[in-house]
Amino acid sequence: MTWFSLLVLIPLAAVVLTASTNGWDGFWTTVSSSQTASALRLTVLEAIGVTVLNVVMGTALAWVLVRDRFWGKRVLDVVIDVPFALPTIVAGLVLLSLYGDQSPLGIDVANTRIAVFLALAFVTLPFVVRTVQPVLESLERDVEEAAASLGASRATTFRRIILPSLAPAITAGAALSFARAISEYGSLVLLSGNLPNRTEVASVRVLSYIENGNEAAAASVAAILLVVALLVIVLLDLIQRRVARRGE
Amino acid sequence: MASDLLPPGAPVAPETAGDTTPGRRGRRPDRLREPWAVRWLLRVVTVGYVFFLVAWPTSLVFRNAFADGSQAVVDALSDESVRLALQLTAEITVWSVLINLVFGVTIAMLLVRYRFPGKRLLSALIDVPLSVSPVVVGLSLLLVYNGRDGLFGRTLENIGIQIIFSAPGMVMATTFVALPLVIREVVPVLQEIGDEQEQAARSLGANAPQTFRRITLPAIKWAVVYGVVLSLARSLGEFGAVKIVSGNIVNQSQTATLVVEQKYQNFEQTSAYVVAALLAAAAMVCLVVVALLRPKETS
Repeated sequence: MTWFSLLVLIPLAAVVLTASTNGWDGFWTTVSSSQTASALRLTVLEAIGVTVLNVVMGTALAWVLVRDRFWGKRVLDVVIDVPFALPTIVAGLVLLSLYGDQSPLGIDVANTRIAVFLALAFVTLPFVVRTVQPVLESLERDVEEAAASLGASRATTFRRIILPSLAPAITAGAALSFARAISEYGSLVLLSGNLPNRTEVASVRVLSYIENGNEAAAASVAAILLVVALLVIVLLDLIQRRVARRGE
Repeated sequence: MASDLLPPGAPVAPETAGDTTPGRRGRRPDRLREPWAVRWLLRVVTVGYVFFLVAWPTSLVFRNAFADGSQAVVDALSDESVRLALQLTAEITVWSVLINLVFGVTIAMLLVRYRFPGKRLLSALIDVPLSVSPVVVGLSLLLVYNGRDGLFGRTLENIGIQIIFSAPGMVMATTFVALPLVIREVVPVLQEIGDEQEQAARSLGANAPQTFRRITLPAIKWAVVYGVVLSLARSLGEFGAVKIVSGNIVNQSQTATLVVEQKYQNFEQTSAYVVAALLAAAAMVCLVVVALLRPKETS
């Protein structure tokens, strides 16, 4: 417990304290300065976009992995975990080698907002897949069969029977990938170029405040990221409780 | 009609009446399958997405690493700063994995076997390192442990311990980000096995360490191994948090991931790709180990 406090709780509390040293005004001035505000806006917008993409693609991937059978499925299953295991800086380099200036495809998106999106999509790929997959595996087929025998089409069955039971898992996965997208740093360093007002995200902003010795400002932006992370954890806890209650 | 519904490459079985019943090799009855076109669309879109986003780019890193021949690889690895960085990464990883192993199992036992006020809060807070930005982690440690005006940093500095810009800080940052991995693996297993066997051992006269060693540890063995492999992968690859607390000093406090960034920005691309490929290979090994462990755990 002491160890946990020394390593995690006290340092995180220090972030919030430092953010408030200059009072509410100091916090607000930092956050609303044009460069920081645009970094925050970009981060939130990109994170929302990536989360929506993940909800669609992640659910589709989970579906394919559980319900479909085809050659190479095992490989697909393993490859999905690669973004989890790969160091973030390597992830950035990896994407740069296909979508950078030496791209064999001739696509060069380095230092643009598309690159930020790409990096975020890469690092958040496994979240929705891995939360939806086990739920989909444990779904009882009887209900689908009943729906089908009562004349429901496959699409109706999916929309009315399968999707509602997947919803908590999809929400949980979406929350995780949003949190990750908001906080991403490593994969963006090489790929996005960190151009102020264009491709600079919140984490990069924190780092440049630190490098300029402006700890209070760094802590202000960091506190926002921290609050988002905490909200996501609370949301996940609530979802878990609701699902557990329903299962009883 | 039935041939349309078979997976690609499967031999087309001679059609017999009623062969769509569910019992036949688990094949789903027609009305529970999606139309042919929908299934193919899903396959192509998902496989294509993963291929272009993950598989192809990742394979390119390996190709780029070996693009200038194997001599270039050897040269890159024997570079002084690369060698020192790899060594430092190995040391930090070993320390943080060990710390997370000991404290992870302890906290997991605490969370499952004991009741205390604030348990739910602790359980929720354990997840914080997974969702908070590494940059925030780095900043938080910097604020508390720096020698200039840190809460603990000044006192520690006075007795001669430097945390920020040296190895202890880097170990702390790495431990922080990998903290929940062992706990999250061990907690469900502990919950599942219950404490009946432990109580039986106690009642037969075993003391607490004996019970742990002979009863609890064998039961959670695979979960612990799995957690260790995951924290190993996470520790090897930590970048943001370490960058802030290490000061990023070449040949002194630079880890492998920091070397990748620096080499790339100095236009020493081959070096960057070689170290990146090495890190990626280590990550892949962890993935494979995890994939191999999974079946064992269930049996």
